[in-house]
Amino acid sequence: MDMGDARQIIAQRAAREISDGMIVNLGIGIPSLVPDYLDPSISVFFQAENGILGMGPTPKENTDGNLSNAAGYPVTLLTGGSYFDSAVAFGMIRRGCIDVSILGALQVSASGDLANWIVPGKRVPGVGGAMELAYGAKNLITLMTHTEKDGQPKIVEQCTLPITTYHCVKKIITDLAVFSIIGGKLRLDELMPGTTLEEVRAKTGTTFYQ
Amino acid sequence: MPLFNKVTTYETIRPLFFDGMTLLFGGFGGVGSPPGLVDCLIESGVKEVNLVGNDAGFPWIGMGKFICLERAKTLIASHIGSNPVAGELMNQGKLKVEFSPQGILVERIRSGGVGLNGFLTEIGMGTKLEYNKPRVTIDGKEYMYEAPITGDVSIVYARKADTFGNLVFDKTARNTNPYVAMAGKITVVEADEIVEMGSLNPEEIIVPGIYVKYIVPSEGYNWKWIWEMPDKLSRNAPPAK
Repeated sequence: MDMGDARQIIAQRAAREISDGMIVNLGIGIPSLVPDYLDPSISVFFQAENGILGMGPTPKENTDGNLSNAAGYPVTLLTGGSYFDSAVAFGMIRRGCIDVSILGALQVSASGDLANWIVPGKRVPGVGGAMELAYGAKNLITLMTHTEKDGQPKIVEQCTLPITTYHCVKKIITDLAVFSIIGGKLRLDELMPGTTLEEVRAKTGTTFYQ
Repeated sequence: MPLFNKVTTYETIRPLFFDGMTLLFGGFGGVGSPPGLVDCLIESGVKEVNLVGNDAGFPWIGMGKFICLERAKTLIASHIGSNPVAGELMNQGKLKVEFSPQGILVERIRSGGVGLNGFLTEIGMGTKLEYNKPRVTIDGKEYMYEAPITGDVSIVYARKADTFGNLVFDKTARNTNPYVAMAGKITVVEADEIVEMGSLNPEEIIVPGIYVKYIVPSEGYNWKWIWEMPDKLSRNAPPAK
């Protein structure tokens, strides 16, 4: 499976976590692909931390530099949507108004610690709004490929990368499996189609229960 | 400046910038960053600037243009991922970056802008972003103290300003601008449209003009957005100096 397919498979599975009436915040990377797979019969409001509640799809024409998502790409506003400043945007995030936050991750530990903001000396993206989304969202789901390109597991006993937030991740969706973290313990919920338990065990850097 | 006519030229603004200053800037990935004032800052020739803003823009967008010139000494921001040059400068020790959670950063600016002395939060405790911030225990629970931020000069971008400096913003270009406007000792607004007092609906004014010292007219964004760029290579190339 190439990387592109893996990302689409993860996004497609993640879309099933979103149900009718939810307020959802999507991070950059794989989470931004999730709307493509949403059940068209449900209604949700996407919140974007740059100041939109009720973010709609990419416009087909009349793109506007002043109407973008948090990654800087043009979007639209749905009926009933609103614009607000950054303090309000994060006020609603910290206060627990977001039903589900879906974030990309670099590593997640067995107890739900999230690392997704820096690879020291290499990638320096910075934390953005991730700490506050992890703190305030009612449900935090992380999406990532199961391993690094060199095969290193990303689900680990203890994160070796700098932590974004401790004990915050509730669900992990990868191209191989879906896990929940319940009471600080990692549980395998599902194997993705074509994956075996042995493969998931071999490619996961920690133990888990079923 | 006269209280009710703060409209001026970029030539008047340029000498307000000085070496070693703290400069607050509005914008989120360059959206809502004042293009004319960023160029004015660049033309002023100042260096060793301490920047505070949401992010490092892109190399050719927003404050990213200035950062690439290696004339910023420090940057307090929530991320620099869209500006690889900023990352290189940080790793080379040429730009000291203090990362802050995005909403905490805007609250620190807001705190400075509304005359408060900072606030307590548990967000970021125990992580590298705690730096050496003091911890405080109240009712047996531990928090981290976040200090207020003010600036020598704030630069913001508004959709409309009246001549008193009452401001209206445009969609996601609002972002940090209202609080950046409130937290500068001298706040300069670049506005797409400058109108007479009385032209704005008082109910729609986001920032009252009391915070604004100068207003300059904008010629709009003078950069291409990332979605207008042809390929990844050109996106990562630093701008011509």
